[in-house]
Amino acid sequence: MKPELLMGNQAIAMGAIRAGVGIVTGYPGTPSTEILETIAARNPGNIYVEWSVNEKSALEVAAGAAYAGKRSMVTMKQVGLNVASDPCMSLAYIGVKGGMVIVVADDPGPISSQTEQDTRHFAAYAKLPVFDPSSPEEAYLMIGDAFAYSEKYQTPVLFRPTTRVCHGSSSICLDNNIAAVAAEGFKKDAKWVIFPRLSYQNHLKVEARHPILAEDFSSYRFNKLTGRGKKGIVTGGISYAYTIENMEQLSGEVKLLKIATPYPFPEKLALEFLQGLDEVLVVEELDPVIEKELLCLCGKYRLDIIINGKLSGHIQKAGENTVESVGRALHDFLGLSAADAAQPFSAPELPVRPPVLCAGCPHRASFYAVKNAMKGQKAVFSGDIGCYTLGNASPLDMVDTCLCMGAGITIAQGLQRAEAGVKQVAFVGDSTFFHSGITGVINGVYNEADMVLIVLDNSTTAMTGHQPHPGTGRTMMGNLSGKISISKVLTALGVQYVASCNPFDLELSRETVKKAAAHKGLAAVIFEAPCIAIMKPHPAYQVDADKCTGCKICIKELGCPAMILTDDKAYIEPSLCNGCSICAQVCPFDAIGGADK
Amino acid sequence: MINCILAGVGGQGTVLASKIIAEAAMTKGWQVRTAETIGMAQRGGCVVSHVRIGDKINSPLLPLKSADIIVGFEPAEAVRCLAYLRENGIVVVNQKGIKPVTASLSDSDYDGRQMLTYLRNQIKNLVVVNGESICAACGSSRVLNMALLGAAVSTGALGISYTELEKAVRKLLPAKLIDLNILALTLGSRINKKENGK
Repeated sequence: MKPELLMGNQAIAMGAIRAGVGIVTGYPGTPSTEILETIAARNPGNIYVEWSVNEKSALEVAAGAAYAGKRSMVTMKQVGLNVASDPCMSLAYIGVKGGMVIVVADDPGPISSQTEQDTRHFAAYAKLPVFDPSSPEEAYLMIGDAFAYSEKYQTPVLFRPTTRVCHGSSSICLDNNIAAVAAEGFKKDAKWVIFPRLSYQNHLKVEARHPILAEDFSSYRFNKLTGRGKKGIVTGGISYAYTIENMEQLSGEVKLLKIATPYPFPEKLALEFLQGLDEVLVVEELDPVIEKELLCLCGKYRLDIIINGKLSGHIQKAGENTVESVGRALHDFLGLSAADAAQPFSAPELPVRPPVLCAGCPHRASFYAVKNAMKGQKAVFSGDIGCYTLGNASPLDMVDTCLCMGAGITIAQGLQRAEAGVKQVAFVGDSTFFHSGITGVINGVYNEADMVLIVLDNSTTAMTGHQPHPGTGRTMMGNLSGKISISKVLTALGVQYVASCNPFDLELSRETVKKAAAHKGLAAVIFEAPCIAIMKPHPAYQVDADKCTGCKICIKELGCPAMILTDDKAYIEPSLCNGCSICAQVCPFDAIGGADK
Repeated sequence: MINCILAGVGGQGTVLASKIIAEAAMTKGWQVRTAETIGMAQRGGCVVSHVRIGDKINSPLLPLKSADIIVGFEPAEAVRCLAYLRENGIVVVNQKGIKPVTASLSDSDYDGRQMLTYLRNQIKNLVVVNGESICAACGSSRVLNMALLGAAVSTGALGISYTELEKAVRKLLPAKLIDLNILALTLGSRINKKENGK
């Protein structure tokens, strides 16, 4: 077989296909998104794939299919598991028939997330087994193991890759034999209905299963014990790769334990590792999960071994590990002299380059219109999760709060209750509106909140790479479904003022927001304009250098990456401009025009 | 082992460029590991791709001071990654600076020139590419990544030949874009090293 370059997420998808998965659901979220997209792209034809409206729905759909004996998989990022935690916790008691894998991608750094939470904790909290792959090729094989363990123990299992596994690519030889999984269908039984009595009984069963699984994991193929000596290193996930990378350069005897199943902790294997050791270094990212398990074992078995890691300050408590950070910890631990520190370059001051809204992004126009409409009024602008969080940056400065998916609408309501005389404005994207914004709107209408809701409808889930959602009328199976109209939803929920407009018409947008702000109660404005990445750009605009006075209003008001100042005149970079026209509308000297001008 | 860093600004096409290098290396039977920046930074932030080619590679991220070559799509982004460059490593850099919005707002005069001067003083094996003139010659602003790949492959530091790279481009790109991209690749590969460097 010729190897193929696969991203970790693609490898997980191909491994799941090979394992005979029959249904895959999920909600997009970096770094997990490409798993489900790859299933859809490489679908052998018999897999049902859907982007669900949110992670809770996704997990429940997957669970239903697993009740009927299908192998099912659900994908999300770590904060998505918070949304899906209600069904997840209960499902751990109920169990499944067909193998069910809950893939949750963690994001040390964090690189694209709100939190550095550790799903390995969640596994212990929910009492679910968890798999932690250390490379794309291992993930490809491990996902199949996850299905097998899930079926063997009739429990959903967690599968937790991290960003560097998800978005790292590797050459992998694929095995095209797809496991045949026959689903027997749903059999009615009292065991599918959760009641306190059943929960108690199942809790006992789960606790009884725990040591059996831990024993089983002690001989699991990707948990590995190698080396010898008085000092030992324990690691797992991508930190294993950094450890190996360093160890190849180091001398001296050392024992190495790689943990691929952090929960239930493979106690027997760990005890074998600890045998005869004086000191241990635990190299892991996010929380000290393995470290605490070892401390617990040392207490339980009265082992006089020093455990070093995050708790002892030997490994950084936050942020991702690197080859260097692990190298330094290993050198210290093994008492080797540190490698030469990299020569600091005396480089000139580097420009700061935060991410920004794209040139031509409709959100810029929407934010600008709202900003102008609210000028002179005391107002707080609550944002949400998506590209539009970037509206926080200068010069727009239109995101005062951002917490989690869907929170902007309800945070605004809390702010309103706490402080009179301040207008509350909440922004929400179209995909986020469907994900978890609607309940917040109902809460506001029901409790008579006074606020302006701005829906930024760009017809896609942009930040994660343009996935369809209920408002787009396209599904992941390639079908056309009825578009769910945000405007009709809002009206049906009892929102008394609902207006839609094109944000690129600045004057109309400003007036519409003004009217909404004057309305007593919950008023909504839907700005409708597609993301520039999913449409053909308009011809670039140009600055007429004779008319341009160099006042910089266009640059300083909009913060568009296509606009710069050269020779004291505004200049539009033609390779970046998408012809949105906003700069032409703000120019007081009529110096900017389209291609036809 | 060959270690390569591609550094640029979100939207410049670094991810595709790293995939093409990886594809070409794999066709030669080598093992490859890459790590990409995917997510929020793709909206105009700093993006870095790590590409490692060899028999046995562990970490997807390069260790510091290990890069045989840094391909900088923007001068400051090349400088930002210099800690990865090994001694006598090669830097291929596009000459045009991209001014961040933050710089425009603060009236900073950043235009990349000071970064190029710094690179010229520090880096013995420097190849400066006029990517914009290649893009203009091709009639597309979207082929900068190919121009830089062409220049990078002609240094020999990637361990793959121009022909092997071209094959990978033909395999990975949609048919209607192949001619355009191959033209940029060719023009990039013709950049005379002697005009550059010290």
